[in-house]
Amino acid sequence: MLCNACKQNEAKVHLTKIVGDKMQKVDLCEDCSKDKGVDDPTSYSDLLMGLSAEPVPSEPEPAAEPGAKCPACGYSQADFKKAGRFGCSECYDTFGEGLVVMLKTMHKGTRHTGKVPAALHQSRVEAQKVKLLQKRLDKAITEENFEEAAQLRDEIKRLK
Amino acid sequence: MTIHEFLVPPAVACQRAGPHDQIVMSSRVRLARNLKKHPFPSWAKKPDRLRVLEAIQPAVETLPQLAPHFAAAMDDLTPLDKQILVERHLISREHAAKGAGSGLVVNQEETLCVMINEEDHLRMQALRPGLQIKACWQAIDDLDSALEPKLDFAFTPELGYLTACPTNLGTGIRVSAMLHLPGLVLAEEITRIINAANKLNFAVRGLYGEGTEALGNVFQVSNQMTLGESEPQIIERISKALNQIIEEEENARLLLMEKKSKIVFNHIGRAYGVLANAHTITSKETMNLLSLLRLGGELGLFTKLDRSLTDEMFLLTQPAHLQQQHTEKLGAEERDILRATMLRTRLRDIPRPQAPE
Repeated sequence: MLCNACKQNEAKVHLTKIVGDKMQKVDLCEDCSKDKGVDDPTSYSDLLMGLSAEPVPSEPEPAAEPGAKCPACGYSQADFKKAGRFGCSECYDTFGEGLVVMLKTMHKGTRHTGKVPAALHQSRVEAQKVKLLQKRLDKAITEENFEEAAQLRDEIKRLK
Repeated sequence: MTIHEFLVPPAVACQRAGPHDQIVMSSRVRLARNLKKHPFPSWAKKPDRLRVLEAIQPAVETLPQLAPHFAAAMDDLTPLDKQILVERHLISREHAAKGAGSGLVVNQEETLCVMINEEDHLRMQALRPGLQIKACWQAIDDLDSALEPKLDFAFTPELGYLTACPTNLGTGIRVSAMLHLPGLVLAEEITRIINAANKLNFAVRGLYGEGTEALGNVFQVSNQMTLGESEPQIIERISKALNQIIEEEENARLLLMEKKSKIVFNHIGRAYGVLANAHTITSKETMNLLSLLRLGGELGLFTKLDRSLTDEMFLLTQPAHLQQQHTEKLGAEERDILRATMLRTRLRDIPRPQAPE
């Protein structure tokens, strides 16, 4: 793959930008990436904003929520585009649409599988138990094993 | 008490040892946390930031894990204090630039350091000499759990800990090790290693983190992905990569000594020559030459050179540490002269390197 900027060297640096549900890619060689300052990951998002305009004609922004502001902190979609950071924890709710697509490019997965605060952990363990029992209940019903089904139903009721 | 009085002197700090410390200078695990219902620091107005600081700092200060500790508001620290903290790798350069509404709590051992209102409300890190990622994780996990009942962290079961930048979302964990890799640099293998690390989604940066040069052949390797993997999985993955880099560095040193020993001895001999005899020297040149001296010590070329001495000189010759040893304000040229004087004095009793027969 050739560099989008100089079109001579092999592209070694690959950047991806997500706007709404549209993906834009920029591929650069090492020299051009340095010229454009791509070696500094803090400005990652700013860079994408600046770069994508040249090689990939950018689509108009999705009409989803033009100028939508976070009700909690007043942060806007435009602010996020500029800074690459959110205004407050509520913003993850406000700007949740399209978030998963962006997270896919950044992370191994889109769901948290790590540490959970102890207080929440307890309730999560119970929720998982209920889910497991529910599965067994469904199976018992399809197998017409009603005696077990009744037991499971009672157990689920107790946990809930 | 000032931060200089609180922190142990570099001569003592550099005595701290850890596994693989020939190559791994230090390990670090950092967690990012934010409070619910408060705007993130960069979007928050000053009163908001002060409120968050007032909520977090006392909670952190009561933790027994941090005793004895030093706490300060960033606007109460002088620019010199802040630069000292950066040179000791206790705070980020971004945090050093903060003023009112940001704060810092650090313990005397320099194994735990909490930045308040950096990019996130809380950036807490555990540090250890040598390769001790797991110990760092245990220490910071413990600190985080101790803070949990006192502070209301922004967390959702789906996205985990919510952070200002979505690149830190989920676990909010950044695991990193500072590696001294002169062998791979001399063998011109370092680019291959950096590319390989990048392919595994690890970032490789310079001495002071994001956007800094790899001065003194020191590189920071860290994870970039924080969501979709648990903390132990991330630690396992980066530990594997780090062990591989350590092995590569060891191999590069062996191979250099076997095939290009003259070139290696030449570099180390010249480095000693300049450091022991210069009358003016910049901090950048000093760091690069001290790296070679450290390598020489590890290759057995010096009879009386401890690693703690090269590490101490590495720290003491940095601009803020140098300034701190003098009462009058130093210009860059004066610093270069004083730096050279100090190096000549410190190296006076170290005999020059001897290549094995």
